[in-house]
Amino acid sequence: MSVLTPEWTALLYLVSAVCFILALKGLSSPRHARRGNLIGSAGALLAVITVFLSVKLDNIPLILAAIVVGSAIAVPIARKVQMTQMPQLVGGFNGVGGGAAALVAVLELGHNVDVWVRIAIVFTMLVGAISFSGSAITVLKLQELMTTRPVLFPGLRWVMSIAVLASLASAVLVVVTGSWIWAVLLLILGLGVGVLLVLPVGGADVPIVISLLNAFTGIAVAASGIVLENVLLLVAGTLVGASGTILTMAMAKAMGRGVTGILFGAFKGGSTAG
Amino acid sequence: MDPVTLLTVVVLAVFVGFEVVSKVTSKLHTPLMSGANAIHGIILIGAIIVAGQTSDPWLLTVAIIAVVLATANMVGGFVVTDRMLEMFRGRKPAKADTPAGAGTGEVAK
Repeated sequence: MSVLTPEWTALLYLVSAVCFILALKGLSSPRHARRGNLIGSAGALLAVITVFLSVKLDNIPLILAAIVVGSAIAVPIARKVQMTQMPQLVGGFNGVGGGAAALVAVLELGHNVDVWVRIAIVFTMLVGAISFSGSAITVLKLQELMTTRPVLFPGLRWVMSIAVLASLASAVLVVVTGSWIWAVLLLILGLGVGVLLVLPVGGADVPIVISLLNAFTGIAVAASGIVLENVLLLVAGTLVGASGTILTMAMAKAMGRGVTGILFGAFKGGSTAG
Repeated sequence: MDPVTLLTVVVLAVFVGFEVVSKVTSKLHTPLMSGANAIHGIILIGAIIVAGQTSDPWLLTVAIIAVVLATANMVGGFVVTDRMLEMFRGRKPAKADTPAGAGTGEVAK
């Protein structure tokens, strides 16, 4: 349906964006935190209703079914999980969000020929994939499904450098050729970089890394806003990217640690708490 | 959208993002992280748009997976944040500063 004119759509997206700002503001103060979260969810609901009323969509029954399935999976987990397992749950939700952003970007590859849009596409794919696999490792570590100690092996620094260079190279190839094969390779390399990024982090520092990956997903969502020419995705993603960065630094400071030390300390041979 | 307008929007959003969370207390680190996490679940509207504009069965399958993942991120994120904050109410004032992210932290009053 396209009941709403572009003006009304933009206006409703603005209301959603303001809701998200108020949500972050509320969540920063003990007295208004819960209300802030409710305002945020109201803004998200408004945005979803708006998209159904403003864009001509096919496959609506299938989309609605997917939303029901997603909620049916997430809500019981979110309700039942123990308080001590909250950080890994946030990590898991963050990971699936990053994965969704990467998938949305790769699907737009078939539509666009403009080089700037392709750059935004490869950026979203790479950052989303890093966030997805990095978050998966944080969940494994915090659930103690793997060792919580920093995982290091000889030559890790070199493997990491090669993986980063290879993903940048395949990102350039996707921009130039627009080919699916390079896009799939880029996703795989992004997943590898995410794993390599989180493996050397010790268990005690993992929540800080979850916060960092949260900011990553925000930035990926912002880039997807450029891909889809959607201002709300751009604004909401940027808000999360910026506030997530500040929050990551605040968390690191509260634990008396530096963000670079946590991420790269293990590479330099220094120890991370674990 | 022209690039300069785009840049203006991004720069202003970055400053707003920095500003709104600049005074957060360490007890609220985890709920704030969780709330921000739920907000980037807004990628759901992107997933809905791509799912609604493709007819190729393979691409549609990928798009529907993206819708499921994004919904889980958004809905699960808001529910879990609410649960964390619910725990704060009715609790006695916090003992000491809990390490950020370890458990959920408590809020005084």
